[in-house]
Amino acid sequence: MYKIVKKQELTTNIYLMEVEAKRVAKTCEPGQFVIVRMDSEGERIPLTICDYNREKGTITIVFQTVGAGTKMMAQLEEGEYFHDFVGPLGRPSELVEQPLEEVKSKKILFVAGGVGAAPVYPQVKWLHEHGIAADVIVGSKTKDLLILEKEMESVAGNLYVTTDDGSYGRSGMVTQTIKDLVAEGKKYDLCIAIGPMIMMKFVCLLTKELEIPTVVSLNPIMVDGTGMCGACRVTVGGKVKFACVDGPEFDGHEVNFDEAMRRQQIYKTAEGRAMLALEEGETHHGGCGNCQ
Amino acid sequence: MDVLKRIPVREQDAKERATNFKEVCLGYNKEEAMEEASRCINCKNAQCVKGCPVAIQIPQFIEQVKNGNIEEAYRIISESSALPAVCGRVCPQESQCEGKCIRGFKGDPISIGKLERFVADWARENGIKPTPAAQKNGKKVAVIGSGPAGLTCAGDLAKMGYDVTIFEALHEAGGVLVYGIPEFRLPKSGVVAKEIENVKSLGVHIETNVVVGKSVTIDQLMDEEGFHAVFIGSGAGLPKFMGIPGENANGVFSANEYLTRSNLMKAFDPDSRTPIMHGKKVAVVGGGNVAMDAARTALRLGAEVHIVYRRSEEELPARVEEVHHAKEEGIIFDLLTNPIEILSDDKGWVTGMKCIHMELGEPDESGRRRPVEVPGSEFVMELDTVIMSLGTSPNPLISSTTKGLDTNKWKCIIADENNGKTTKEGVYAGGDAVTGAATVILAMGAGKAAAKGIDEYLSAK
Ligand SMILES: Cc1cc2nc3c(=O)[nH]c(=O)nc-3n(C[C@H](O)[C@H](O)[C@H](O)COP(=O)(O)OP(=O)(O)OC[C@H]3O[C@@H](n4cnc5c(N)ncnc54)[C@H](O)[C@@H]3O)c2cc1C
Ligand SMILES: Cc1cc2nc3c(=O)[nH]c(=O)nc-3n(C[C@H](O)[C@H](O)[C@H](O)COP(=O)(O)OP(=O)(O)OC[C@H]3O[C@@H](n4cnc5c(N)ncnc54)[C@H](O)[C@@H]3O)c2cc1C
Ligand code: SF4
Ligand code: SF4
Ligand code: FES
Repeated sequence: MYKIVKKQELTTNIYLMEVEAKRVAKTCEPGQFVIVRMDSEGERIPLTICDYNREKGTITIVFQTVGAGTKMMAQLEEGEYFHDFVGPLGRPSELVEQPLEEVKSKKILFVAGGVGAAPVYPQVKWLHEHGIAADVIVGSKTKDLLILEKEMESVAGNLYVTTDDGSYGRSGMVTQTIKDLVAEGKKYDLCIAIGPMIMMKFVCLLTKELEIPTVVSLNPIMVDGTGMCGACRVTVGGKVKFACVDGPEFDGHEVNFDEAMRRQQIYKTAEGRAMLALEEGETHHGGCGNCQ
Repeated sequence: MDVLKRIPVREQDAKERATNFKEVCLGYNKEEAMEEASRCINCKNAQCVKGCPVAIQIPQFIEQVKNGNIEEAYRIISESSALPAVCGRVCPQESQCEGKCIRGFKGDPISIGKLERFVADWARENGIKPTPAAQKNGKKVAVIGSGPAGLTCAGDLAKMGYDVTIFEALHEAGGVLVYGIPEFRLPKSGVVAKEIENVKSLGVHIETNVVVGKSVTIDQLMDEEGFHAVFIGSGAGLPKFMGIPGENANGVFSANEYLTRSNLMKAFDPDSRTPIMHGKKVAVVGGGNVAMDAARTALRLGAEVHIVYRRSEEELPARVEEVHHAKEEGIIFDLLTNPIEILSDDKGWVTGMKCIHMELGEPDESGRRRPVEVPGSEFVMELDTVIMSLGTSPNPLISSTTKGLDTNKWKCIIADENNGKTTKEGVYAGGDAVTGAATVILAMGAGKAAAKGIDEYLSAK
């Protein structure tokens, strides 16, 4: 059992939790993820490691409630426990693995969309701790959904906030901000984009044109996270890869995003039903017409 | 009674069981077991024992069953096997113990597996447990993986007095016994969980949610956590795909994913939170036990199911009993058929599978006749789900993070068959991680041999 030592609602439907998981905290690196189960009947839910404290033996996760699983998870409180918490899974960020000198010589741009700000933060922080200032674009639909702005500000070189509806910061999608920055004469050697699949797709289309090498962190459907089921397979550079062991980070210009987005939908109807059952409780008797 | 005929075992009716996940085979009761046992002629030089990879003293335990002394029969089996309720259910007996039984020359061999299962079930129902070691010897051994190899090795070492911890990557112990083999063949809470409890009652600790090679390495276990030896029983879990066009379409799954969702994550239960694809027409590609399990699971979830296999019935690698059960339940066998492409609609969902007919040519390296394509025989099967069951190979997670641990070209860990010794000092291995996908009893045999090897190594130190 893994104790929740801190819980915070960052904004509507986005939660941060700090969880005791000694083994994970001892060996994890930025870019890796965990799989959690809230109780003995729960689904296995993959979440990026957003921060870690080796002394305290804790891991910080940030998640958005999207379906039944994450909705129920949001109801866990400080002092309660996760039934299962396994990791670190996947490969660490290439940044951490590369020689520091090489990383220092690069001008890096991070692009975070929505809850993607959470996994971007530890990487920017890691660079900051190693004396490297990276530029960061954080985008969200609207002002209320923006998270970790202060934290990001304290570790980023320049922080650019943009909202789709213009309710805060710049106005428009993250791709607009990338275009603006490049038009202003900024040059980048590397872009790291983490967020919804559709955002990563459009960032990659743009950075390919701009010839900025781009790394993305994919979040396909997963079960075990150790290479055993193949649910997480994605096509990268024409080859089939298992995101949980070969990734989750990949060369964004090589990823087949259309396939990846399509594969994320596999359980959408099933999920919809589970969600309705959760929301409507006893009153859910298949009125939607989708149930057999 | 006709001594040439076995006492039939009661089974759930095929029509009925095709719609539920309850166990297919109901097993013998005591009278039936005693009657079947009385057919055994208690051979002096018993061939059946030679067919059993862990050499259970078969005539001796059957003699006790014949006399109605079930507790003593259980004690005899327990000397050689830690998981008799499992083996009695899933061993390929026809090619092992029963395949060698002398009775089989003229009539039916003794139902050794069903008797073993009866004894183990009786012991469980009557609360009989194996006896733990009298004294601990203070030496620590780490076991990686809680499948049959790991459980057996851990159980044997604990009985010798070692302090054993099993590290398991998943959230539940049991390996393939919990995530792969379905409930209707091997009940989880009723049988597997109880057998694991028995291993725990010998003093074995099980730490779940630890992926060795990620959460901790073998070197860290030995240098920092004080383990004197390590046994690797991590299985062969990596699924193969065919590499044909369309294989990433929505609705194509590996058997591992499909079975894990249904078994480990309980998606077969309508109340479960885990989603699973409820296909209407499903093709399972492959012909092994895994393919039969995936097919029979899909059938129970309401689909019309086809087994698509490129060789003929004779070469089907699955156990005879499983093929027989699958047919009885209404699985359709499309033999000498090979998929060449998966077709999908404009949204990427599977609509069909293009296949080609095969015929058998000259024998290949495996001695089986090689299937060759019949030119121009392509045709399309309409489907909404395809389950790939083409075999599995060992996961390189451990071998790639452990210096000095050698593997062969199939990524199997190299280990001495007699004692499990690997190329790294103090590290032993066995089961599917060494042999590639095999059987429960072979994995147990390897776990046993390694426990002996580890004991010899640590006693000499
Ligand atoms: C490597 C990785 C890292 C991730 N990191 C984060 C993170 O830091 N914060 C965050 O909010 N989310 C993250 N996600 C996505 C998160 O796992 C999903 O939002 C979550 O599984 C949805 O579960 P649910 O039951 O609430 O949703 P439902 O929509 O009810 O999901 C039902 C089923 O679909 C699967 N599923 C649906 N959407 C996804 C998805 N996008 N990714 C994986 N499985 C999915 C679930 O596993 C489940 O089996 C990550 C995913 C991956 C693979
Ligand atoms: C669907 C199916 C049906 C089968 N039917 C039969 C049958 O009828 N009869 C028969 O005899 N055999 C059958 N088999 C084969 C049999 O189950 C296997 O040969 C046997 O389970 C192998 O045992 P094992 O202990 O070597 O490995 P497994 O049972 O595979 O156990 C390995 C365990 O190690 C864990 N692990 C892996 N990597 C790590 C790591 N890095 N860190 C920690 N833990 C790790 C895994 O999660 C798993 O729990 C079947 C197999 C399948 C998949
Ligand atoms: S363990 Fe398997 S092979 Fe050995 S006697 Fe039992 S059923 Fe037969
Ligand atoms: S070979 Fe057959 S008859 Fe002989 S001891 Fe074994 S089970 Fe009994
Ligand atoms: S999640 Fe199962 S193989 Fe990647």
